[in-house]
Amino acid sequence: MLSDGQGRLAALLISPTMVVLLLTVGIPILLSVREAFFRENEGIDPQTGILQGGEQFVGLNNFTAIFAGLNDVTGNYGTMDRFINAFINTSLFTIVCIAIETVLGVLMALIMSKAFRGRGFVRAGILVPWAIPTIVSALMWRLIFDEAGIMNRLLGQQVLWLADNPYSFWAVVLADVWKTAPFIGLLVLAGLQTIPADVYEAAKVDGATAWRTFWRITLPMVKPTLVVAVLFRTLDTLRMFDLPYGMIGPAKYSVETLSMFAYEEANQTRYGPAAAYSIVLFLYIVLIAYLFVRLLGADVVGDEESKALKEQRRRKKERARLAGTRPGKQRTSITSGGMP
Amino acid sequence: MSTTAERVGAEAPTGRHTTAEEIAQLNKPRQSTGQRLGRIASYVGMALIVIYCVLPFYWMIVSSLRTPDEGRSTELLPSPASLENFVGVFTGNNNFMVSLGNSLIVSSVTTLLTLLFGIIASYALARLRFRFKGIILAVIIATSMFPGITLIIPLLKMFTGTYEWFPVNWMNTYQALVLPSLSFAMPLCVWNLTAFFRQLPVELEQAAMVDGCTPGQAFRRIILPLAAPGVFTTAIITFIAVWNEFIIALTFGRDQDMQTATVSISKFTGQYGYDTPYGTIMAAGVVVTVPLLIAVLIFQRRIVAGLTAGGVK
Repeated sequence: MLSDGQGRLAALLISPTMVVLLLTVGIPILLSVREAFFRENEGIDPQTGILQGGEQFVGLNNFTAIFAGLNDVTGNYGTMDRFINAFINTSLFTIVCIAIETVLGVLMALIMSKAFRGRGFVRAGILVPWAIPTIVSALMWRLIFDEAGIMNRLLGQQVLWLADNPYSFWAVVLADVWKTAPFIGLLVLAGLQTIPADVYEAAKVDGATAWRTFWRITLPMVKPTLVVAVLFRTLDTLRMFDLPYGMIGPAKYSVETLSMFAYEEANQTRYGPAAAYSIVLFLYIVLIAYLFVRLLGADVVGDEESKALKEQRRRKKERARLAGTRPGKQRTSITSGGMP
Repeated sequence: MSTTAERVGAEAPTGRHTTAEEIAQLNKPRQSTGQRLGRIASYVGMALIVIYCVLPFYWMIVSSLRTPDEGRSTELLPSPASLENFVGVFTGNNNFMVSLGNSLIVSSVTTLLTLLFGIIASYALARLRFRFKGIILAVIIATSMFPGITLIIPLLKMFTGTYEWFPVNWMNTYQALVLPSLSFAMPLCVWNLTAFFRQLPVELEQAAMVDGCTPGQAFRRIILPLAAPGVFTTAIITFIAVWNEFIIALTFGRDQDMQTATVSISKFTGQYGYDTPYGTIMAAGVVVTVPLLIAVLIFQRRIVAGLTAGGVK
């Protein structure tokens, strides 16, 4: 640290960014919450016969309408409300894609970490899927999965991948895994490279098998990196839009995600329901992020200093509490808290 | 232990001279079979990774090089090869040149704005000590996790002039494309730069200040030049993220002359027939992607460092 008491300078330097974020993220989120409780008037007022404009407060109606069975569609999992269908699709995409991507990504990282030569070459290859715009890769996979396309030719089958059926779901999963597994591999590789070599040597001296070394050393030591990478990817997949939109198309219920459904509704100027759905998605994402941080200990911020300050404050508070209530227990508590 | 070296030695008495190559072989440290197998497996694995990553892209390139009416052909090489699709991209009513220009404007302006704000903010976050730093970092990272759609819905209502307190129609304007893009470009930029500034030794500024620089001067004269590679990497990563963005551009740039390249490609009707013009779409995809790929391949080391900076500690 340069010196203390830099709060004012910091505020000066950070406030432009915070203002931009307030304008482009904070206010839209608040407006979205507001919209979720309103609905656009449509059609003619039954009492006066006048064409209505504007909007009205509808309370939780936009949310409860989900369960009213007014908007049923048939996707891969039977007939249900379009929102619930989109919710299931979003969740399944996330679970399936992330599971495959994580395994494949770790595998790729392990292979790359064992590389003797040509690591740069592989790294260049791995950046190819990352650099291609998602919508372009969606159209590319659309061609590959075409009825008369190369995928069917390779499989020797006539699968209608793009025809809004369970195959469409798997086609999108494959395209997503292709694009992002290498990315997870890249992040995990960076994590692997921070593991000191002597740990592995010690394991070797102790006669550990490769399998055991992986589970007991590699995985625990790469876990912080892996958890953060998987968290980011999970949140990314929860808001998936481009890939199903470009590959299968809008309003295709076998692949429609929450983002796609909310987008369609907003496009029909049904801002109220659209905002309600997007708020549910928002809360879903917040919940998942919270679970990651709580259960898996994802350290997203990773700022050592603020962590240390927090720890210091916590300890001070703890000490004050103990000193105030039971002075006799103070000594033991500090020794155990001081050496975590 | 049957190594190449031993076999070469066994062959030597049959009247053949040991060549320079064989001597080099003999001089190499001996490898166990397991090591050699491991090496082979690693090469095979790396080859598989590269094939996995590049093969679908190869298909895109091959498909773009066919004649326009062969869009769906499954021949592994284009026969006959033709550049007609690339001509088709820029002629006809696709307006693709304009779209490329729009993408360039939106991506450059967004990148410049985020850098302008992001550099000073990340410097403060990396170097200064102040209250609420952890919270501010958490807020910045959290904003990048918000679903785009939640932001787009009220903005759509706003930019169509539906709100009485915002009676302006901003649809199909550059500001409607740039401002929402800041919502994801800004956290990305600040995040990358903060990680980068943290890596620079703090002694540099201390030395400069001992020599009589103000903190501002120390930043301008010492840190900024040293941070140039990091700023550059962040600029590339941000630029690519905005260039590849789809849903914001799809929502706010609807007129044909305000579409960005990604939106334009998704709406290609092509000039040949009413069938999906796959050849032209793939050619356009190649046009949009190749400049990025060249940049990525040239700066791959830095980009990887930038991409992993936030995630690895």
